[in-house]
Amino acid sequence: MRIVGWTGGLAATALLLAGCAGGPGGGGGKISDGKVVLAVLNDQSGVYADTSGRSSVEAVKMAVADFQAKYGDKAAAKKIEVKAADHQNKPEIANSKAQQLYDRQKADVILDVPTSSAAFAVATIAKNKKKVFIDVGAASTELEGKQCNKYTFHYGYNSYMLAHGTGTEVTKAGAKSWYIVYPDYAFGQDMQKTFTAAVQAAGGSVVKSDPTPFPNDNFSTFLLKAPGLKPKPQVLGTMQAGGDLVNLVKQYNEYKLRGKGVGLAVGLLVLSDIHSLGPDALAGTRYTDMWYWNLDAKSRAWADKFQAKTGKRPTSNMAGNYSAALQYLEAVQRGGTDKSDDVVKQLEGYKFEDAFARNATIRPQDHLLLHDAYLAQVKPAGEVKEPWDYVRVLKTIPAAEAFQAAPDAACKL
Amino acid sequence: MLQQAFNGLVGGAFYALLALGLAVIFGMLGVVNLAHGAFYMLGAFGAFIALDSFGLNFWLSLVLVPPLLGLAGIVLERLFIRRLTPLDPLYNFLFTFGLALILQDLVKREYGVNSQPYTRPSELDGTVDLGLFTYPTYQVFVLVVSALVCVAVWLVLTRTRVGMIVRAATERPELTRALGVDVGRWVTPVFGFGIALAAFAGVLAAPMRAVNPLMGADLIITVFAVVVIGGLGSVFGAVVAGFAVGVVSALGNLYVPALSQTLVFILMAVVLLWRPAGLFGREETFR
Repeated sequence: MRIVGWTGGLAATALLLAGCAGGPGGGGGKISDGKVVLAVLNDQSGVYADTSGRSSVEAVKMAVADFQAKYGDKAAAKKIEVKAADHQNKPEIANSKAQQLYDRQKADVILDVPTSSAAFAVATIAKNKKKVFIDVGAASTELEGKQCNKYTFHYGYNSYMLAHGTGTEVTKAGAKSWYIVYPDYAFGQDMQKTFTAAVQAAGGSVVKSDPTPFPNDNFSTFLLKAPGLKPKPQVLGTMQAGGDLVNLVKQYNEYKLRGKGVGLAVGLLVLSDIHSLGPDALAGTRYTDMWYWNLDAKSRAWADKFQAKTGKRPTSNMAGNYSAALQYLEAVQRGGTDKSDDVVKQLEGYKFEDAFARNATIRPQDHLLLHDAYLAQVKPAGEVKEPWDYVRVLKTIPAAEAFQAAPDAACKL
Repeated sequence: MLQQAFNGLVGGAFYALLALGLAVIFGMLGVVNLAHGAFYMLGAFGAFIALDSFGLNFWLSLVLVPPLLGLAGIVLERLFIRRLTPLDPLYNFLFTFGLALILQDLVKREYGVNSQPYTRPSELDGTVDLGLFTYPTYQVFVLVVSALVCVAVWLVLTRTRVGMIVRAATERPELTRALGVDVGRWVTPVFGFGIALAAFAGVLAAPMRAVNPLMGADLIITVFAVVVIGGLGSVFGAVVAGFAVGVVSALGNLYVPALSQTLVFILMAVVLLWRPAGLFGREETFR
């Protein structure tokens, strides 16, 4: 341990605190290492780099600035640092980076971590090292089920929210028969199952579900076959994401399936996808999201600040990271310490509102964030009044309905 | 079923164009060009940049982008590949692989990983009635144009003096040299031509596929299987196998969707067991 330029007394205190960190009881130590370190671990170069990536690091820095502006001298954490690392969506890299972040970079919390398999790896490390982990980017409901633990939180969205929002609402709106195509890997299979359940519960039926190769650039077989299925599906539900989704939608329009009476519903749609396809390619498509930048004045004000900093509008994932960082810092403030057990205690059952989450509660039984979700529809290009404003929010799905009603019995914190 | 097979031909058109370029390059230079997918991606990005920054439409891109990238290929061959060819083939293998990663990451750096918007030309917006079924005009266009290009390449190779030299050099490089033909003179243009074909496929793909830095990397693995099935270095084999693999994967998607990803490679394994040099390959090529 190197101590540079610290006065003797302060250095001794710091040493004492560093020695206590992680130990039971902690003897009234307040902030470990004299600072709070927030670490964003996500995909900074691969397929999810534009949905979250470095922009989420910026969002987290905004949370720190807002927190410091709010509390000033009264802040429990005088010094707050933000670190970032790239896990390339690979569980083994996520594993080693998470260890490095917690041990060497002294991270008190890891944020984001898209790709469920990578998120599971980080959750395991968080549990072993007794450090807080707030996952924003991953979809799997197992994070609050089988894989849950005392130090892991799932924040923002999950496959249940996506499937039940879109599956239930689109079926209720009259599209009773579905044809589902899903990429043949964990996320796709999980989505296919949850979607089917949601459609059936809402009184609809799934005519057929087909797995597709991943990644895939040619969906023509599935699209050609869709109108000929018996009975003819009223809506094509696609669970593809990113580049695969763009391929599928381009080809969906090429075959003019909408004109043939087969509508389109998308499992996971991100603002940046709509931007790449152009709103006309997706006009009328319905999907569920955890947030939208132009939802109301509060969201918009934050989105304006974000745009001033980064030059673009935030995706819901970036806003989720902002909120997760902010709520973590607020929990440190309330408890007066960054000791994991105390922060967890402060977060459990906490009710709040911020620029991202509305009617939000962190469920103490499984650490899932419950908050309002939104059923959205892509506007035709003619109705897009300003850049990036591609979406109309059709309906707010109240927090109690948006997520699993009861915690998974498999979760033992 | 018939419609699905037709649909497979359209998908196969891209395989055929890419495999054709790979095959002539491998035949002439003995180089397995792992950067081929990256040039396909650059072709699509070329079309996007031409429209986005210079306002050039799809048709102009189709004419301009392939020669430009072909030129880049020529420079590449002159500066690097030529120097590595006399060494172990592994050097060019590593060089082109590294080049593919560098090109991908440069594009990623500039444009991010998200797909770029590119719509098809309005002239090709509608559908065509093909008698048994109607089909999107653009896809018919892709199929016809690729078939024409393949036929044209075939004619050049079989009916012209240049083609004869290229074929001779492909199949018996030493013997051709012994007969006093300057093989080296043709190596550079052939490489450039192969790259231009990849770029051409890329421009064709831009309106119907996601234009992103990884589009080539995802596709090229299948194209290598196509080249192997057709027979390494066999131009005719590459084209036939390209279309055949297109149809097989379309029908595979239809009947056994869960298997569709592996089907091409199962086909490759079966062909190799039956004919170790591929469908139209000659075993002598390997000696």
